Amino acid sequence: MALTKISQLAGTGVYVPGDDVDTDRIIPARFMKCVTFDGLGEYAFYDERFTEDGKPKTHPIDDPKYKGATILLAGRNFGCGSSREHAPQALYRHGFRAVLAESFAEIFFGNAITLGMPCLVMDGRDIRALAALIDEAPQTEINIDIPNSQVSMADVSFPAKLPDHAREALVDGKWDAIADLLEGLDAVKSTADKLPYMRVA
Amino acid sequence: MGKTLFDKVWEAHTVRELPNGMTQLLIGTHLIHEVTSPQAFGMLRDLNLKVLYPQRTFATVDHIVPTDEREEPFSDQLADAMIKELRKNCADSGIKFFDIASGKQGIVHIVGPEQGITQPGTTIACGDSHTSTHGAFGAIAFGIGTSQVRDVLATQTMALRKPKVRRIEVDGKLAPGVYAKDVILHIIRKLGVNGGLGYAYEYAGSTFDNFTQEERMTVCNMSIEGGARVGYVNPDQTTFDYLRGRPYAPAQSEYDTAVARWKSFASDPDAKYDDLVKYDASDIAPTVTWGINPGQAIFIDENIPAPGELQEKDRSTAEEAYAHMKLQPGKPIKGTKIDVAFLGSCTNGRLSDLQEVAKYLQGKKVRSGIKAIVVPGSQGVAALAESMGLAEVFRDAGFEWRGAGCSMCLAMNPDKLIGDQLCASSSNRNFKGRQGSPTGRTVLMSPLMVAAAAVTGEISDAREIFGLS
Ligand code: SF4
Repeated sequence: MALTKISQLAGTGVYVPGDDVDTDRIIPARFMKCVTFDGLGEYAFYDERFTEDGKPKTHPIDDPKYKGATILLAGRNFGCGSSREHAPQALYRHGFRAVLAESFAEIFFGNAITLGMPCLVMDGRDIRALAALIDEAPQTEINIDIPNSQVSMADVSFPAKLPDHAREALVDGKWDAIADLLEGLDAVKSTADKLPYMRVA
Repeated sequence: MGKTLFDKVWEAHTVRELPNGMTQLLIGTHLIHEVTSPQAFGMLRDLNLKVLYPQRTFATVDHIVPTDEREEPFSDQLADAMIKELRKNCADSGIKFFDIASGKQGIVHIVGPEQGITQPGTTIACGDSHTSTHGAFGAIAFGIGTSQVRDVLATQTMALRKPKVRRIEVDGKLAPGVYAKDVILHIIRKLGVNGGLGYAYEYAGSTFDNFTQEERMTVCNMSIEGGARVGYVNPDQTTFDYLRGRPYAPAQSEYDTAVARWKSFASDPDAKYDDLVKYDASDIAPTVTWGINPGQAIFIDENIPAPGELQEKDRSTAEEAYAHMKLQPGKPIKGTKIDVAFLGSCTNGRLSDLQEVAKYLQGKKVRSGIKAIVVPGSQGVAALAESMGLAEVFRDAGFEWRGAGCSMCLAMNPDKLIGDQLCASSSNRNFKGRQGSPTGRTVLMSPLMVAAAAVTGEISDAREIFGLS
C-alpha cells in the first residue's frame, strides 16, 4: 500500500490549553453511535464548544481569528482515557493535520500516527511561546519539519520530539502498519501453530 | 537473569521484527464489540481482506444496549443500527457472537473471563481501553484503536513496541470496608494518571495473592486510568480454580497440561523489573474521587485538597475540577449530596461485587429522591444474582434491577445523568460528561460506598453506615 510520505507540514495553528484532555472531551461518547467515521469532524470538542441546548460557547477552534487552523496545540497527557479512534478521527476530519503537545497518552498517539496525523512533543514553555506567536499573527503558517523534529513559525524555531519509529513511519510513508503486517502472514501462522490455545477452536 | 511474565508472553507471541523496529505480535484472542468494530470491518471490506482467525475472535454487545427495554428494534435508531451491523459482520465472518438472546451477553471484559476465553499466558486485544482487565489471569491484554482492530482481524497481529515493566507490590491485609477498588484508586493517586505511560504494570505482593480472581480484575481493569496500557497479576491456583469447567477453558482431560503450561509463564523469582514500587495495604482507606480524573482521589475522611496543597503541575486541572464538580477545596467530601447511585461496569459489575453489597444492604432503604440502579456486568452475573436472591435484596432496598451492559458507565444507552446531577459510581472514569450529561458529576468509589451513598443520600463512609470495623 503506497501511502503519502509525510515529512513537511505547514498550516496555521490554534492553542487549546489544558492538561489531561481526555478522549471523552475530544469526542463525547454519544457521538460514537455510528458505523462509519464520516461526519465526526463537526463534533470535535463538542461539549466544550456548545451548551447543552446547542448554543455556541467560546472555544478557540471556533474563534474566527484561528479559522482554518490545521495544527492543534495542547497541554500535557493529551488524549488520555478511552481508546476510541473516534478521537483522532474527529480531529482529523475537523481539519487538523498535526498535534503539538507537552505529552500524549499512548493509545491516542498510536491511533493518530496510524491516520498519518503526526503528534509531536514540545516543552511546555515552547508550546506557550508558540501559542503567543500564533496570538500575534494567527494567519502566519507554522512549519513542522518531521525528519529534523523541528517546529518553526516566522523566524523562531522550537525543538520537538517524535520517537524514531513514528518519525520513520511518517517520512517513509509507512504510518499505517497493515501492509507490513500482511507481509508477515506466513510467520504469523507458524507462530500461532506453536501455541496450543490457538489450535483450539 | 529471570524473566517476567510479560517477557515470556511477549517472546512466545513475537512473529517478527518489523522494518520500523516495532514487533509484530500475535494476538491470540480478539474480543470485539459494537462501538469500535464496525469501522474496522468497513476498512477490511475496502481493502478486500478477510478475518484471518474467526475462531479466535469473540463478540458481544455492551455499550449501547438499553438495560430496561431490551426488545429490538431499540428505540434509539443509531443503537439499533449498531447491533445489527455487529450481528451481520459476525455472521458474515463466522465469529462467535454472544448476542442478547444467548443469555451470555454482557460487558466484553466480564464475558471473556466468565466464558473461560481469557487464559493465562495468552495475548488479548480489544478495541476498548479497559482490556487490561484480562491481565488478572496472567494474560497480556491491550486496549486498541479501530485501525488496530482492523489489523488484528486481518492478520491476527499488531505492531507494537515493547513497554517497560513496573512491579507494584501491595502487602498486608485490607481493613474491613476497604476493597480492591480502593487499592487501585490509591495506586493511581500515588503514581498519577500518566505515571504508567510506557509501562506494563505487574501487580504483586501478599494482598494480590490473597485476592479473589474478581478482585484482581477490578485492579487490572483500571491500569489504563494510571496511564499503563497493560496490567497483570501472575497466574496461580486462584486463577486455575476460577477457570476450571468454564465453557471455553481447556477440557478436564487437558486441564493439568494446561495448568503446567500456564504456570510456566509466571514471572521468575529473579526477574528483572524496570521499576518497583511498594505499598502497605493497611495504609489504604475507602477512597473516593473529588475531581475529573481518577487520580484526583482522597480517603473518605480527608478534605478536598486546597490548591496550596497540590503540586504546581496539578493545579490547573484541579481548578477545572473544583469548577466542574462544584466542590469546595479544603472542605470534606463526606456529606456531599448525591442524586444518583450507579452500581455496575466492567470494574465492579461482577457477582462478588453484588454479593458484598447485598450482604449489608439487607433491611436498608435507598433514601427517597435518589435514583439508584444496579446493572449486572453480564447476563451470566444477572442470572446467578437472581437465583441467589440478590436481585430481591436490591429491589427491596429501592434499587432498580436492570439488564446487563455498560449503561451509565459511559451513557451511550438511555441511562444518563441529567444536568449537573452528582453520581456515586462504581465505574472507572469521572471525566467531564462521561455519564451522559456534559455538566454531570461523577464520584468514583467501591460498590459498598455506592450503596452507603444511596442509603444516606450523600457521600458517606460505608464502614459507619453498615457498622464495619
Ligand atoms: S463498562 Fe464502562 S469502561 Fe467498561 S467497557 Fe463498558 S463503557 Fe468501557
